Amino acid sequence: MAEILVLAEHVDDDVKKVTLELITLARRFGEPSVVWTGPGAEAGQARCAEYGAARIYVASAPAFDDYVVVPAAELLAQLVSEKSPALVLLAGTAQGKEVAGRLAVKIDSGVLTDAVDLQPGADGPVAEQSIFGGATIVHSRVRRGTPIVAMRPNAVAPEPAPGSAELSAVSLAGEVTGARVTNRVVAERGERPDLTEASIVVSGGRGTGSAEGFEIIESLADALGAAVGASRAVTDAGWYPHQFQVGQTGKTVSPQLYMAIGISGAIQHRAGMQTSKTIVAVNKDPEAPIFELADFGVVGDLFKVVPQLLEEIGKRR
Amino acid sequence: MNIVVCVKQVPDTWAERKLKSDGTLDRASVDGLINELDEYAIEEGLQIAEAQRAAGNEAEVTILTMGPEKAAESIRKALSMGADKAVHLLDDGLAGSDALSTSYALAQVLAQTGFDLVICGSESTDARMGVMAAMLAERLNVPQVSLASKVEIDGSAIRIRRVSEDGYFEVESTLPAVISVVEKINEPRYPSFKGIMAAKKKPVQTLSLADAGIDPAAVGLAGASTEVVDHAQRPPRQVGTIVKDEGDGGVKVAEFLAAQKFI
Repeated sequence: MAEILVLAEHVDDDVKKVTLELITLARRFGEPSVVWTGPGAEAGQARCAEYGAARIYVASAPAFDDYVVVPAAELLAQLVSEKSPALVLLAGTAQGKEVAGRLAVKIDSGVLTDAVDLQPGADGPVAEQSIFGGATIVHSRVRRGTPIVAMRPNAVAPEPAPGSAELSAVSLAGEVTGARVTNRVVAERGERPDLTEASIVVSGGRGTGSAEGFEIIESLADALGAAVGASRAVTDAGWYPHQFQVGQTGKTVSPQLYMAIGISGAIQHRAGMQTSKTIVAVNKDPEAPIFELADFGVVGDLFKVVPQLLEEIGKRR
Repeated sequence: MNIVVCVKQVPDTWAERKLKSDGTLDRASVDGLINELDEYAIEEGLQIAEAQRAAGNEAEVTILTMGPEKAAESIRKALSMGADKAVHLLDDGLAGSDALSTSYALAQVLAQTGFDLVICGSESTDARMGVMAAMLAERLNVPQVSLASKVEIDGSAIRIRRVSEDGYFEVESTLPAVISVVEKINEPRYPSFKGIMAAKKKPVQTLSLADAGIDPAAVGLAGASTEVVDHAQRPPRQVGTIVKDEGDGGVKVAEFLAAQKFI
């Protein structure tokens, strides 16, 4: 059976959800082999096994902590040459895409990023991508080398399947040089999920009116166990930190539920959320383009609708 | 310091963007402009050059663009912001190049022009792959110092803040290097009238494949390592239920969320 390499994303021993999605997806094409860089593989083993990983290649050299992107790309190139996998899957995060790019150069293979689906085809895997702000759907394939595909988080639902996830130590050949990491700073996010990985995202727009007004978005997000997003109007005005911007020049999200609160839905914003499964909008302007996308929308004042919604969520607990 | 900023002309987001029957972007029928995220790269290059000059060092900012004739408009804009000169890689044989072959072509030019610092935007607003800085660093065999929200240069040392999914890393390296910058690292300047007039006289070197020593078989549609199988307009989403808040809007949303099992 063809071997499929999956580059794991993990925070210490906590396997990120997107990795479970990739393992699930890999099973469509063959036998998933997880590639684990840095420490924590023993603790992450059970999760990988639960979703069907056949084995985990563990490379725990200190280089993986000291350098970004470069050692992971080097390790994958090494494994591609040793194991001849049919496909390499990575998370479509900013860092995952950089690893994919370097790997593509190293092994002279085609790379596809931001795939929202991947299906077997007569000439190899066919990726579905959503381009031009989600207005056009493209199916693409790699026609040279070992296909490298970076999948958008939340593209597939993780489904458990038994796997043995045997640990197999591998070592990185050669010395890593280049840009060195001297410090890592984790932003305060409290208990909220990661924006690109979250199943539910609650985003606020210009309608929130101010930084204080935006606090209602955080309250709603917390009531739903959701991540907080913001439109560019909000981040440009400084009402909420820039890294939470959803849109063409910010993050692209694809959650099960996207709630657009006080967001008109300009094309730049739609580019970042159009592939969300269910969209709910609250806006006082009945002509707001966001309502064209919404599965459910309320034309009204968000400062009346959201508090009532919070109260209802409280009652239903 | 020899600073090269890679700039891509992209179709205006407001225009109706289409793919042609061969799966390549229809660049002819829409207005083009500088990829918005590259404006931050240009501004960063200009600021670094200004700081170098203030410290008594020579510095020059070169704009590097690969694209059709039309891309000259974006080169002019970048020059009017203050860049010193430009290189336009222009050849019909480049049409349809994928990311892998684009990085090859740009690397060939960069190897020829030389550089201390290559600056890219974090991604383009059309393809949004976000791989170019990484690919260029790999090809040029220099450090990749990417996704910077802050850049400090001290002699031949470079230190950046690299944005991560959950915060940032501090990363340091030495020049020469390839860096990429993220949105909001700075406020890109508007070209002044003086800048616009001065740009008309600034040198723009046009290179063909042969000039840059690029293998024609490795670029263009034929040299691409990926291909579009098919493409279509996204079918419109099913029309949703839109209600007017009659004092029960929050309850209605809650009912919808409950029916969908979100609460």
